[in-house]
Amino acid sequence: MTASQRGSVSPEAGAEETPRRPLGAARPRHGEKVVKGFLALCAALSVGVTIAIVVSLLTPTIGFFREVSVVEFLTGTQWSPGFARGEFGVLPIVVGTLTVVVIALLVAIPIGLLSAIYLAEYAPRRVRAVIKPALEVLEGIPTVAIGLFGLFLLRPLAEQIFPFMNWRGDFSIGVAGVAVGLLIVPLIASVSEDAMRSVPGGLREGAYALGANKMRVSLRVVFPAAISGIVAAVVLAMSRAIGETMIVLLVAGAGNPNLSFDLARGAQTMTAYIGGTATGDIATGTTVYNTIFAVGSLLFLMTLVVNLFAIRLVRRFREVYE
Amino acid sequence: MTTDKDAPISGEMPRNEGTDATAPADPGPDADGGPGTGGAAGTENLDSPLHLRPAELRGGGEVEHRDKVFELRKVSVSYGSHRAVGDVSMDVFQRNITALIGPSGCGKSTLLRCLNRMNDLVPSARVDGEVIYHGENLYGPRVDPVQVRKVIGMVFQKPNPFPKSIYDNVAFGPRTMGIKQNMDDIVEEALRGAALWDEVKDKLTSNGLSLSGGQQQRLCIARAIAVKPEVVLMDEPCSALDPIATLKIEDLIRQLKDEYTIVIVTHNMQQAARVSDMTAFFSVRTSEGKRTGELVEYDDTEKIFSTPADRRTEDYISGRFG
Amino acid sequence: MTTGETQKIREDRPRERRTTERTRLAVAGARAAGQGLYTPRSAKHRVTNTLFSAVLFLGLGTALVALTAIIGWALVEGWPRLDANLFLAGPSTINPEEAGFRTAIIGTVYVIGGVIALIVPLGVGAAIYLEEFADRERWYNRFIELNIQNLAGVPSIVFGILGLAFIVRGLGNFGFVAAAGSMTLALLVLPTVILASREAIRAVPSSVRNGSLALGATLWQTVWRNVLPAAAPGILTGVILGVARAIGEAAPLLLVGAVTFVVYDPSFFEGGYSVLPVQIYNYAKRPQEEFHVMAIAGVLVMLVVLMLINSFAIWLRNRYEKKW
Repeated sequence: MTASQRGSVSPEAGAEETPRRPLGAARPRHGEKVVKGFLALCAALSVGVTIAIVVSLLTPTIGFFREVSVVEFLTGTQWSPGFARGEFGVLPIVVGTLTVVVIALLVAIPIGLLSAIYLAEYAPRRVRAVIKPALEVLEGIPTVAIGLFGLFLLRPLAEQIFPFMNWRGDFSIGVAGVAVGLLIVPLIASVSEDAMRSVPGGLREGAYALGANKMRVSLRVVFPAAISGIVAAVVLAMSRAIGETMIVLLVAGAGNPNLSFDLARGAQTMTAYIGGTATGDIATGTTVYNTIFAVGSLLFLMTLVVNLFAIRLVRRFREVYE
Repeated sequence: MTTDKDAPISGEMPRNEGTDATAPADPGPDADGGPGTGGAAGTENLDSPLHLRPAELRGGGEVEHRDKVFELRKVSVSYGSHRAVGDVSMDVFQRNITALIGPSGCGKSTLLRCLNRMNDLVPSARVDGEVIYHGENLYGPRVDPVQVRKVIGMVFQKPNPFPKSIYDNVAFGPRTMGIKQNMDDIVEEALRGAALWDEVKDKLTSNGLSLSGGQQQRLCIARAIAVKPEVVLMDEPCSALDPIATLKIEDLIRQLKDEYTIVIVTHNMQQAARVSDMTAFFSVRTSEGKRTGELVEYDDTEKIFSTPADRRTEDYISGRFG
Repeated sequence: MTTGETQKIREDRPRERRTTERTRLAVAGARAAGQGLYTPRSAKHRVTNTLFSAVLFLGLGTALVALTAIIGWALVEGWPRLDANLFLAGPSTINPEEAGFRTAIIGTVYVIGGVIALIVPLGVGAAIYLEEFADRERWYNRFIELNIQNLAGVPSIVFGILGLAFIVRGLGNFGFVAAAGSMTLALLVLPTVILASREAIRAVPSSVRNGSLALGATLWQTVWRNVLPAAAPGILTGVILGVARAIGEAAPLLLVGAVTFVVYDPSFFEGGYSVLPVQIYNYAKRPQEEFHVMAIAGVLVMLVVLMLINSFAIWLRNRYEKKW
């Protein structure tokens, strides 16, 4: 040990006693770079997908708007693209979609939020340990299943419960809305429950310490504190409802676009139009083919706005609590 | 600083201990710090006021037999625009235990992390000045940070074993270096070196996280020395441990000195006094609301704890500071 | 201070805003609670409290009953057709008694096999890049992140349009084959898998990374040998949930050629194919009652499979959730 290493000033001299390992890389790590490149490519793929979506929507949409004016498309009240003298007013199917969304939210928000508050604030630990995963499992019920349930059970049931309504045919946009509502209940419940639970316990305890009761703490402390997370849950559910296809296709039917606002009758929505028209083979380049993409573009834009709003809310919520 | 108040009393005791432990490995420096002439000064640049060389300050000493591992020349570390620690110049000697002490926020951990380029992992971090390792600039263009970390190991504040078996924890380092043969021997040697072998030899396959805190930290030390580094950096290795585990680690650190150069950051001044040969005291300077760490005094541990040259050191040691 | 430094690596949130927001909430909470203190507590109060919890329970009860009703209904209605033919016989338009889902089940297996083969490397790869390699200061990395979050909310039918334009026709030009279905569904569930994998990777504490890097492991060695094994259960959960979603998805496949009646067993790269949910949809649209029963029996099969898969995924996640 006392043997001097005076030579240590020059790095090459390291070999004299204990050979010192060089500080430069033994060999260039090309593999590392290749891997990083591949990983970056995986991530960039998502951008490619978005671009591909935009391109695949826009190209035929531009073709469509060469034949149909934008104004006619957005303000027309007749939708019959399949006919020889087709009408291309998109409003009826937009209204169909919005009807479904509104009814679905009317069903799902109260049920979902009440469930969330119960699970987050009231449920004993053991109950929660069972119910929360159960809700998550139910979140995975396929839409075809809910659609069949709506068509074969809810629709006849609705006719029995509300016999005074003007039931006609096998389909009903109102029942479709309720079925979509069932679909999004678990989503609203579990996302807003997460939001409420990530409200720091200190806030609750502080309120309890001041003598507030449970209801007051839930409604006046926890709920407002979690509000942006809860709104995000609702907005996410809304996006899901706008884009839902199979349930509306089954329960509201693929045809009959109308502006009648009659919940007891079938009505076409945007997604149902796309799904119903585009099954398999249709002649490329025709106006009808292009209509699918024009409606798709509108759908994409609507969900884009809603999604960006939801993403903002979730970010804000996370900044505050996580 | 919670530990400060005991310092003056216990200062006496640990100093002896420190000297004892030093004796077998390094008979010279601590015992005969006083006599001698300042022969080593010739090659040094003394332009920095903080450039403190212990032996020279006391009128010289046999400095040249202590080989320098690190030579820090006006090293500053900044995070973004904030300078965390500034203008540090000091030498770290081979097979010595060098302690970095000082109040919170004085940048001692930051400085430690730039000795094996761990600060490279913080995107905003920047190191100015020169960190010379055996004559080679650690931040030179041809130096590979990955290679640096193989030669200069690190033990962290909180024990951080990998969530895998004890054996795999120790074998991880050698395996990444491409070593395949005699892994059992390497693991055993490292575990013996970390004074852990007897406690874990019958359960090498159990998860590293199943050990107690002190054992986990010794496992981390075993893991660090399994790659046979030259230097082991320790960032408050005992701060998460109870007193008994702390004593074990301290014993171990003293043993490790036979083979390794150790730089240890500690909040605990008795610990610095008990284990280290050299102590650097850092302080915080506040200007315009920004706190920057600076090196106040660097000297033999004995000197720092008995007759510090700087008033701030004395205040800190005797508990009249922060 | 030292831990603060370690965490700085992963923490770049605006702290200021966080504090003010928290303070605001704390004040609101204290005020609300304070009101409780000064209003006299009456019997009426206790009644509303009890009533409130009853309403909450009712809400949850409705949700659970409605959703489990689907399973119960499928069990009752579909039971009569839950026979061997359902699985072994091909589709038929004439004889519903002897028709089944054979080709659709095989189609689903093919399509889902392709989905798994695609989403595991692509999804995990993207997640690793974003969590471990990407410099968040760079605009393009933030853009990728935002883009993935948005894609997760794009309606499935839009992915069908993408598949039709780019995979079936256009660039890929695969035609209406199972492979096209696989790719379309893979793109659809990829964002979900990426988001879940990122969560799992993020949950691995930075101390594990630091420990590994300090031993001279490269970033990729660290990720491959230490981070990924620790994140594996979480990633697996994400992959399984993604696969489950792909199994139940029908809408995009309507556009990429999952045609109704495939009489012969399908193959991956050529010939028509169908999948279980699309076949169910088509049976449900037929006028005859017998086909409806068969469709419901198909739903029952799908429900059972998906419930099992989802339960496993959620069990897996809950089991490994808190390791540190």
